[in-house]
Amino acid sequence: MTFYELVQNSLRDSLGTSIPAFAPELLLCATIVMLLLGRMFSGGRSNLAYVIMMVGCLAAFVVAWRTDAPEKPVEIFTGMLVHDSFALFMRRLLLLFVILFTSFTRLSGTPDRQTATEFYTLILGATLGMCLMVSANHMLIVFLGIEMASVPSYALVGVIKERRVSAEAALKFAVFGGGAAGVMLYGISLLVGTLGTAHLPTMSVRLAELLGSSAGSEYHPILVLAGLMIMVGFAFKLSAVPFHFWTPDVFEGATAEVAAFLSIASKAAALALLLRVTLGLGHVPSTLDTPTTVPVRYAVSEDAGTATAESASVSGLVTDSNAALLPARQYSAWLIALFAAVTCTFGNLAAYGQDNMKRLLAYSTIAHAGYMLMPVAAAILLAGTDPEASRFTVAAIGFYIAVYLFMNLGAFALVAFLRNELGSEQLPDYAGLARRSPGFVICAAVVMFSLVGLPPLAGFAAKFAIFAQTYEAGLLSLVVIGVLNTLFSLFYYLRVVKTMVLDPEPEGRPAPTIRIWSNAGFYCALIAVLLVALGVFWNPLFAEAQFAASMLLP
Amino acid sequence: MTLTSPPILLSLIVFLPAVGALVIGLLPKGRDELFKQVALAFTLVVAALTLYLALPGQPGAGADSARFLLGTAQMQHAFSIPWIESFNIYYALGIDGISLPLILLTSFLSVLAMGASWTIDKHVKAYCILFLLLETGMLGVFMALDFFLFYVFWEVMLLPMYFLIGVWGGPRREYAAIKFFLFTMAGSVLMLVALLALYFNSDLNQLGPAQLAASHLHETVVERYDPSGTAEPQHTFNLLALAHQGQSENSPFSQLLVGGKSIQWWAFLLLLIGFLVKVPAVPVHTWLPDAHVEAPTPISMILAGVLLKMGGYGIIRICYPVCPDAAYELAWLVCTLGVISMVYGAFAAMAQTDFKRLVAYSSVSHMGYVVLGLGVWSISGSTGMTGDYWKMGMNGAMFQMIAHGISSAGMFFLVGVIYERVHHRNLDDFGGLFGRMPVYTGVSMGIFFAALGLPGLCGFIGEILVVLSVWNYSQVLAVISASVMILTAGYILWTLQRVYLGPEYKGPHGDEIRPITQRELAIAAPLLAFAIILGVYPKAVFNYMAPSVNKLVDDLGQARYGNDYSGGIEKQTGSVERIEPAENELALREISPHREEAGQP
Repeated sequence: MTFYELVQNSLRDSLGTSIPAFAPELLLCATIVMLLLGRMFSGGRSNLAYVIMMVGCLAAFVVAWRTDAPEKPVEIFTGMLVHDSFALFMRRLLLLFVILFTSFTRLSGTPDRQTATEFYTLILGATLGMCLMVSANHMLIVFLGIEMASVPSYALVGVIKERRVSAEAALKFAVFGGGAAGVMLYGISLLVGTLGTAHLPTMSVRLAELLGSSAGSEYHPILVLAGLMIMVGFAFKLSAVPFHFWTPDVFEGATAEVAAFLSIASKAAALALLLRVTLGLGHVPSTLDTPTTVPVRYAVSEDAGTATAESASVSGLVTDSNAALLPARQYSAWLIALFAAVTCTFGNLAAYGQDNMKRLLAYSTIAHAGYMLMPVAAAILLAGTDPEASRFTVAAIGFYIAVYLFMNLGAFALVAFLRNELGSEQLPDYAGLARRSPGFVICAAVVMFSLVGLPPLAGFAAKFAIFAQTYEAGLLSLVVIGVLNTLFSLFYYLRVVKTMVLDPEPEGRPAPTIRIWSNAGFYCALIAVLLVALGVFWNPLFAEAQFAASMLLP
Repeated sequence: MTLTSPPILLSLIVFLPAVGALVIGLLPKGRDELFKQVALAFTLVVAALTLYLALPGQPGAGADSARFLLGTAQMQHAFSIPWIESFNIYYALGIDGISLPLILLTSFLSVLAMGASWTIDKHVKAYCILFLLLETGMLGVFMALDFFLFYVFWEVMLLPMYFLIGVWGGPRREYAAIKFFLFTMAGSVLMLVALLALYFNSDLNQLGPAQLAASHLHETVVERYDPSGTAEPQHTFNLLALAHQGQSENSPFSQLLVGGKSIQWWAFLLLLIGFLVKVPAVPVHTWLPDAHVEAPTPISMILAGVLLKMGGYGIIRICYPVCPDAAYELAWLVCTLGVISMVYGAFAAMAQTDFKRLVAYSSVSHMGYVVLGLGVWSISGSTGMTGDYWKMGMNGAMFQMIAHGISSAGMFFLVGVIYERVHHRNLDDFGGLFGRMPVYTGVSMGIFFAALGLPGLCGFIGEILVVLSVWNYSQVLAVISASVMILTAGYILWTLQRVYLGPEYKGPHGDEIRPITQRELAIAAPLLAFAIILGVYPKAVFNYMAPSVNKLVDDLGQARYGNDYSGGIEKQTGSVERIEPAENELALREISPHREEAGQP
């Protein structure tokens, strides 16, 4: 292959396959540039930043919506990213979230015009990182995506200047985050060094060879250590116990808007990435042709012809390889299951004593991270025995993420709107709100009960789906822990509703009214209606999630 | 499809209250009287529809008639519509002799409770909305044929009930409301685990074609049916299909799960706990006295009259048919808990000084009969391999549910009537009401005697059938349960004496005592009337109920003993012609218990 052919191949790959699949992200990049340029003209006096942000996100969302999923996973940018239905589903979700989030920030009035440009730029930067995370196919992108998502988050937490708690929270977040990233990077380097490649599908082949051969046993301690260290990084991003310490402090210090962003978008992306890495390492793709010695690979489409010819011999090889990967799957599944059980229980119990709504929701977020990790363990275990069930489990996770997006956005929107009205984020100050704002309190109740997981709300459907799949993987004890935690969680979510509905209004408090016929009220009502609708008719969204998962474990 | 075709009519009955809630929600606020009228109108329409459902229909009336076919033991008017296909969840409703009486009880008590709600003057709009949502949940539970749907309806009731107790209740309402919520939720999360265990081990392909047809599955499911044994398992939530699976010879639920026990053993236990919380049985009954005492009168009526029945219904509809072997193994537990509840409830009732608390504990005691009656069958069958005593116990338990629904709702209403006048419920401060409120006292005597189990009133039939059926199972339990009747008589007579008799009323607010009003009488009188009618003519209920209950017992007997089992004196044929003698048998037995011994070789 001459240098000219190499350039030609690269060009064809980039322009023909990669760039169209990457269009939403490119639009986000363009929006960032526009935001920064817009600042020069408006000087922070008009709503220009908001308008650019909204238009850019809508455009990116429409493009992502109109992008058709390929028939089978396609590696783009020389194997760095993978373009498949799962990546598309997650990117659509993330972009939809950013749109909803932007309108939410507009309604709640934070950021103000002065800080809007920085705020939205940071949000877009983080979103870009998350989009990379959900389509990562290479350990380099795994780390790059996580850092791209994290670094803007640190700044976002401290975006309100001259507020000591915010600054403290931002610093704490940055230090914790930096530490976790360092550990994770070390884990990645151990793994990549041992396996000799950073390309995920190739890594799974190497790992299978290593675990299958008797000589590989001396590497086992290194692999175990690497897995543990990588998991530390994920645990930090997912705020899983014991790497959750930053969550309550950061949420309390940051504005409710930023807390919403952190608790939803970065968690969704981290979960998708965790699935990519664990399922990618725990399963040898059957479409993979003979393992290449060159870590950089070109688009799979080129090799389609040879792949089919060799498929017969490959399939036998793949079955062996997948059997050899059993210890890897079991190790990661049990590690994640352990994290899930501890995280879930701790989050729910710690939420009991919280009076600050953002702290309470922080612990609720931690608990939900625990619930979400349960089916990840299930998916990994099922990947070896029943790939179809494993894909179904991933669909359940995707569905849970989608529902969680609406639930948590609703919860933080409530906190933000009430903060504007009451000037307080303390739960006792919410007492008796139902007297003057009944419609608003009904929405709050719907969101809270959906977070508990009571039928007929979307939260129940999502929880049911993930518990069902966890059960199918044989993790009965995890299901029991999960349902008992649902019971624990009832108490503190109910306390929020109880305070709003049953408690008498405190004397001397200005009478707050959030009318349901206001923009803010309408926003909350929209989310509440969505949660009810998704709780009753969840088949369409679930079918979408099923399609998203259909291309995993090729 | 007409209005009377089953899918439309049954759905209408379930969701009409919810539509009513929506209508009230859209009305402008502040018109309290109107809200109550609209809510009452909706409950009345639902009651009328259920009444139409209960009208005996003609066999072969076609798919457009949803009227009940008397003498048919099988599920009637069942239908199944795809809902969440990813998880094989269907919107499936249907009625049979077990559910129909409870549906009627629910719609009828909802009307009366809504009528009793006229005294509510706080947040009337929200009250009416929640009340109607509650009715939807209750009716849905009794009609659901899909386990997932059942679970959804079961949980849907929790929220309205929490707020109805928490906002409109007495002084300790918050504590009572959250206690109710936590207890029931604890039961239902256990139910969820059992639900998953049953779902993932079910396989429609293992059913025979006849069973498949009897399960009323959706046609697409039937198309996928492949009994060859090589196909992927087809999981299901259909309660009838699950029951067929549980009763089959090689039940997939008999596989071991954990702790050396089978799936069905665990499922039965978890479901039983979930349902016993609702019944409630000792030791998970403690939410009930608090909830009852704090709840407003109409909600107490619903709580005692309908919600407790859902526990019993769940046991008879899910626990027993789906997990027969486990039910056999754990019969001792069910029966023991039933007897303990009876005795404990009676003694606790005797010790109360709060009128409403006393009635609440009497519910624990009376629902103990239901648990005992449901539980007793499994072992009495082993002595003679006939199902007579099983049927008697289970019919008695079912009848007791209806009877208790009427008498306990009546008692709670009557306590509410006097509480509104004198604003206290302290038994020791009452007395002499006979002179001041003669009509009220007369009605009260009737209802309380019905609860006591006086022959000729509704409470007697259920209790006597249950107690008689226990003898063959365990004589010790029979003696204990029979003596509970004396305890019941003790606390009820003592209560009547303390409240209504005596020379004059000396307690607080004596000058506010006025005779019972027309509205109050209009609620109490139908309850008394039903207590008397069902007492002298229990066939009115047994005609509907007995075929289905007997069939269940026979199915379980077949599942357990195979060909060794014979249906007993009342040979179950399932045909309409042969039902009549069976009915007579049952009616006769109520009058002369000796016939039972004569019938036994």
